[in-house]
Amino acid sequence: MAAASARTALVAIAAGAVLLGGGAVYLLGPNSPLREQQMALVDIGGPFKLTTQDGKPLSNEDLKGSPFAVFFGFTHCPEVCPTTLWEMSEALKALGDKADKLKVLFVSVDPERDTPEFMSSYLKSFDPRIIGLTGSQEAIASVGKAYRAYWKKVPTDGGDYTMDHTASVYLMDAEGRFSGVISYQEDPKVRLAKLERLVNG
Amino acid sequence: MHSNSRTIARAVAYPFNRSRSFVERLGILAFALALFFAMSHSLWAHEFKAGDIEVVHPWSRAIPAGAKVAAGYLTLKNEGSAADRLVSITSEIAGKSEIHEMAVDANGVMTMRPVPAGVEVPAGGKVELKPGSYHIMFMDLKHPPKKGESFKGTLTFEKAGTVDVEFSVDDMGGENDHSGHGG
Repeated sequence: MAAASARTALVAIAAGAVLLGGGAVYLLGPNSPLREQQMALVDIGGPFKLTTQDGKPLSNEDLKGSPFAVFFGFTHCPEVCPTTLWEMSEALKALGDKADKLKVLFVSVDPERDTPEFMSSYLKSFDPRIIGLTGSQEAIASVGKAYRAYWKKVPTDGGDYTMDHTASVYLMDAEGRFSGVISYQEDPKVRLAKLERLVNG
Repeated sequence: MHSNSRTIARAVAYPFNRSRSFVERLGILAFALALFFAMSHSLWAHEFKAGDIEVVHPWSRAIPAGAKVAAGYLTLKNEGSAADRLVSITSEIAGKSEIHEMAVDANGVMTMRPVPAGVEVPAGGKVELKPGSYHIMFMDLKHPPKKGESFKGTLTFEKAGTVDVEFSVDDMGGENDHSGHGG
């Protein structure tokens, strides 16, 4: 008797869990109406035309069909940029073969100092798959606007300057649509999970 | 054959089994302790003192090729009954070293500002210069910090005066995954 009722309870719990899980996936999963609505509301991304660290042109058209992670920074950055580049290098390593599908872009918000040549030597310290992008002030301003990224030149002593800037990594799907962000100092496991989800589509 | 192996075993065990005088034991203990402290000092005791201020574990990170700046981190403890203030820093690797404060706001925007007045170390308290917060910004780099190396610096406090410290250099993602300041 006791065993039977325990079994019934167990079945009920299992059924409840399946229902809850299914409901959650339906509401929040990749193809859910809620998520699509959210994505439509956040209009991030758009066309750009920049120059890679090898001096070659790269536009959003070239990225069609591959998901990408893009973030903004500058090479005179003491912490956020080298850390993010290092973390993305580690993530590419951890992704293994899946990393081949993913493009990682580092857009300079300081094109004055970040020439393709300088970025090329700077990026040698990181995963060679990371693409450094720079361009004219106008080109950079335009991509920044498309991604709603913020940056500002801040003068320091002795005529030098530093940059305030958006430190998040934007995740874009194979269609070039915004699909989320990785925050600065995000848990490495969460970071990897988000990138895996992105490459798995 | 059998007794032979027993003899060898006894010979090997002899230094451990034989009875020792008190003085002998004391000597061995002192030697072991000295060895322990000598090892632990070079490995762990990465602290420097100036008056009531203790500077704990100054460290830096390796930087990308050609990078023009590096960051330094450390913890300051004040064992005194009056607040003190870290006001300036010099280092052998940089032409200029400043104290900066970094923050990331709710919109994911990173801001960085020099803190010309320095960092206060509260009486009986501590302050941490760490990633995502206060840090030392090394500029006009003369030598890029390299992983596994260390470099000298001098800190000046309002009250405690100056103290020479040594920054140990971690890798580029150093102290990121194992110090628990992930948020």
